[in-house]
Amino acid sequence: MSRPDKCMSAHEAIAELEDGMTVGIGGWGSRRKPMALVRALLESPLKDLTIVSYGGPDVGLLARARKIKRLLYGFVSLDSIPLEPYFRAARQRGEFEALEMDEGMLWWGLYAAALNLPFLPTRAGLGSDILDHLPQVKKVRSPYADCEDLVAVPAIKLDAALIHVHRADAAGNGVILGPDPYFDKLYAQAAKHTYMSCEKVVETDQLFGEATYQSESIARINVHAVIEAPGGAGFTECPPDYGRDEALQKLYAQGAKDEAAWAAFEARFFGSQP
Amino acid sequence: MTVHRADICVAAVADAFATEDEIVASPMGWIPSIGARLARRSTSPQLMLSDGVATLTTDEGFAEAHLPYREVFHLLYSTKRHVMMGASQIDAFGNQNISCIGPFEAPKAMLIGARGAPGNTLYHRTSYWVPKQSARIFCDAVDLVCGVGNDRAKALGSRLARHHDLHRVVTNLGVFGFGPDGKMIVLSLHPGVEAEELQTASSFRLEASNAPQTRLPTAQELKWIAELDPEEKRYIEVPK
Repeated sequence: MSRPDKCMSAHEAIAELEDGMTVGIGGWGSRRKPMALVRALLESPLKDLTIVSYGGPDVGLLARARKIKRLLYGFVSLDSIPLEPYFRAARQRGEFEALEMDEGMLWWGLYAAALNLPFLPTRAGLGSDILDHLPQVKKVRSPYADCEDLVAVPAIKLDAALIHVHRADAAGNGVILGPDPYFDKLYAQAAKHTYMSCEKVVETDQLFGEATYQSESIARINVHAVIEAPGGAGFTECPPDYGRDEALQKLYAQGAKDEAAWAAFEARFFGSQP
Repeated sequence: MTVHRADICVAAVADAFATEDEIVASPMGWIPSIGARLARRSTSPQLMLSDGVATLTTDEGFAEAHLPYREVFHLLYSTKRHVMMGASQIDAFGNQNISCIGPFEAPKAMLIGARGAPGNTLYHRTSYWVPKQSARIFCDAVDLVCGVGNDRAKALGSRLARHHDLHRVVTNLGVFGFGPDGKMIVLSLHPGVEAEELQTASSFRLEASNAPQTRLPTAQELKWIAELDPEEKRYIEVPK
């Protein structure tokens, strides 16, 4: 029996999701975000989503389109533009439930989910105000001699993860070639189904042809679907294949205050389908 | 050679990062980045520094180790790190806010989010960099405590907060530390800054009548600063 062919289109992938799901989005800030998948999500009727993200324009776009019911995040930023205008506006209107975590707590919650544990303990959050706004997060006493009262970061189980990598084969093995793999592998391990877009689908014997000490491999056991999407990180950076399209990102940000800029951005962002 | 305020800030940051320990310096911002590299070149060659992306490099730019974000979190929990973060608000005990201004549910101004500040402050040495100090930033009470201050750490107790270590606050006006009561104290004022000017840039009392002047960078340091910052990014944060 041959290995399965997991290739599908972005719209086919998003059509498998349901209202109210918890969806993790890979990348970091405005870096290697799965924008082709986010775009398909924006074009779908999906709503009431719980989004988990080290946030960038993915969060901004979904917030603007009112797709978010609940957001788990440590920050939301466009990097070269520090503050994300659409995320800010939605937060300032109180439009969704904000679960703001320390970045390390978010990592720990995904890790707990990947390990099939109910929680992982940490000191991060103690003494700060963020726990006051995270009523779901409880504390746990160490059973050992130290008796420390630690934060029990609950497992962040994902119904679906959306990630964008550089190379993949049709069976679902992926390779990230950029300098930082971020938490994409962890998202894949924490999710029931991972939808992995890639710059290029290659034969399996070509997967590691361009890999370096910084590269990361994602095994097909953790991948449900492969979506070939050249330029699939949109205007976010995807080195070594391409850098950030700063001009388009600037237009995107300007759109928050200027209807014409938004229309121009929209035409470019939704105009050309891969 | 003319010495600008930004150069004095760089040297003050380098002094803040000076250490005998083999740790990773994580500076955020231009002047913190240049200052950390100056520290490695002068007092602290054992410091490890990122290239700004995901690799720890030598002064010459050779890769020493891969440090993607998830390794930063491992490192953070290991305590072998000194971070210098920004602050949108900071109070007398060093409680810091970068998340939001106003009520959390619907803030008056949403900022970037708590980022790693809660964990950073509980696990390792933390300093702050404020390029344009004002009484709005140096405030009586921050709207949302992200980075944990000395009063909060004391309340947690010596076991849970055993790695809590607020070290320095460097601004465009001076250098600050923390006294035995946990409150911010003036360690030095930059040349040309008067105690009165400092007080108008802080909502809480900062006693500076006997404060010494921040040291000037040496000729060797100025040469290194010019080499480390050929594009003069430091003047973006503190103009000439």
